[in-house]
Amino acid sequence: MTTGLWELVLKGIWVTVQLLVLSALLATAVSFVVGVARTHRRRVVRFLAGLYTEVFRGTSALIMIFWVFFVLPVAFGWQLVQMWAAVLALGLTYGAYGAEIVRGALNSVDPAQREGGIALSFTPWQRMRLILLPQAVPEMIPSFSNLLIELLKGTALVSIIGMGDLAFSGNLVRLALQESAQIYTYILLIYFVIAFVLTRLMRALERRLKAGIGRAPQPAVSKTELRRPETAGVGAGAGDGAL
Amino acid sequence: MTWDWSAVGDFMPRFWDGLLVTLQALVVGSLISFALGLVWALLMRAPSRWVRWPVGMVTEFIRNTPLLVQLFFLFFVLPEWNITFSALTTGAIALGLHYSTYTMQVYRAGIEAVPAGQWEAATALSLPVRRTWTAVVLPQAIRRVVPALGNYVIAMLKDTPMLMTITVLDMLGQARLFSQQQFQFTEPLTVIGVAFILISYPASLLIRALERRLVR
Repeated sequence: MTTGLWELVLKGIWVTVQLLVLSALLATAVSFVVGVARTHRRRVVRFLAGLYTEVFRGTSALIMIFWVFFVLPVAFGWQLVQMWAAVLALGLTYGAYGAEIVRGALNSVDPAQREGGIALSFTPWQRMRLILLPQAVPEMIPSFSNLLIELLKGTALVSIIGMGDLAFSGNLVRLALQESAQIYTYILLIYFVIAFVLTRLMRALERRLKAGIGRAPQPAVSKTELRRPETAGVGAGAGDGAL
Repeated sequence: MTWDWSAVGDFMPRFWDGLLVTLQALVVGSLISFALGLVWALLMRAPSRWVRWPVGMVTEFIRNTPLLVQLFFLFFVLPEWNITFSALTTGAIALGLHYSTYTMQVYRAGIEAVPAGQWEAATALSLPVRRTWTAVVLPQAIRRVVPALGNYVIAMLKDTPMLMTITVLDMLGQARLFSQQQFQFTEPLTVIGVAFILISYPASLLIRALERRLVR
């Protein structure tokens, strides 16, 4: 490969990383808002949040991307910048999966903790901020780590509608060189390295957060595998909560 | 916002064609992933680390890289090696291969969840290794993993639109073709989006019911 082509790949990596960071931020915000809303006292709030997760987990991420790119401009006259359209589609879709993680972790906090907060006459917001979230967030990290890898894999989808990310640059280089095996192996390796770095970072984060509340990180993942429907593929199937 | 019901009517025949292709890819992909995932899971329990280590590496690699690029890899590279499949078969193989690395973990968890007493009883009855697996461990393990496998089938369903990129005319492929010919984007894309929800939500309810019955 010539240096010009490598530059193309580097640009692709940069776009992928930007997409990953921005949509991860949006997805985190969405998952906390929706996930907390799913534990709300009011039925209407719970229902709306549930509807949101079921709709966005129900469709495919790729179809969401197509919808944001082709239907929003025609139907509503909203023409978004490419990057923001992609971030919106990915963030909203993966946020729906993240919301299930947040909800699960909040529900797994010992009920006595919440009751203690009530007994001390904390407001609901104080309970959430000072008691529930500090204990729930470290428990979420392994699931969020998996979801982040899924998101990384999901960013490749934007190449289909012509954004110049890593997968797209791979296609361009293939057209230039006609050396499919070599180029796609490089591209896959680059994705793998990014994923590897991400899992390491998330593990370090988990260790820090758990040390903060005096717990050791989980040793193995396989024990939870049978009860972990939230983070499969671009879209997992069932969570354990209906609308 | 303009919504044109006649465009929906025009699209429906193609929608059914696309749905059929999507389901074909899904069924073949699921079968491959169930079989291959079990193979990976059993290989990961092999006594030699010279088996476990490469299998672990390869599956980790497949799991952490995008299915889309793997699709391109199979679609463009296999013909260079003089292996030619139809686009649909290639797509189904890629789906099955990718998800086998997930089902492998499910099988592993299922096997680990079989109580140690079952293994000890098999040893006490001096059952051969083969019988221990086929008559004692796997029947119990697989019963437990059925709902988790079902979740991955739904996940796979939602990944089938990617097959469009290797010229398969699945639901999204048909929708895109229709949009390009008729210049109507809203209706076909919305129809297939709704179709995905209509398929995957009841399916996830079904799996939840299965989980309640089988796992206990």
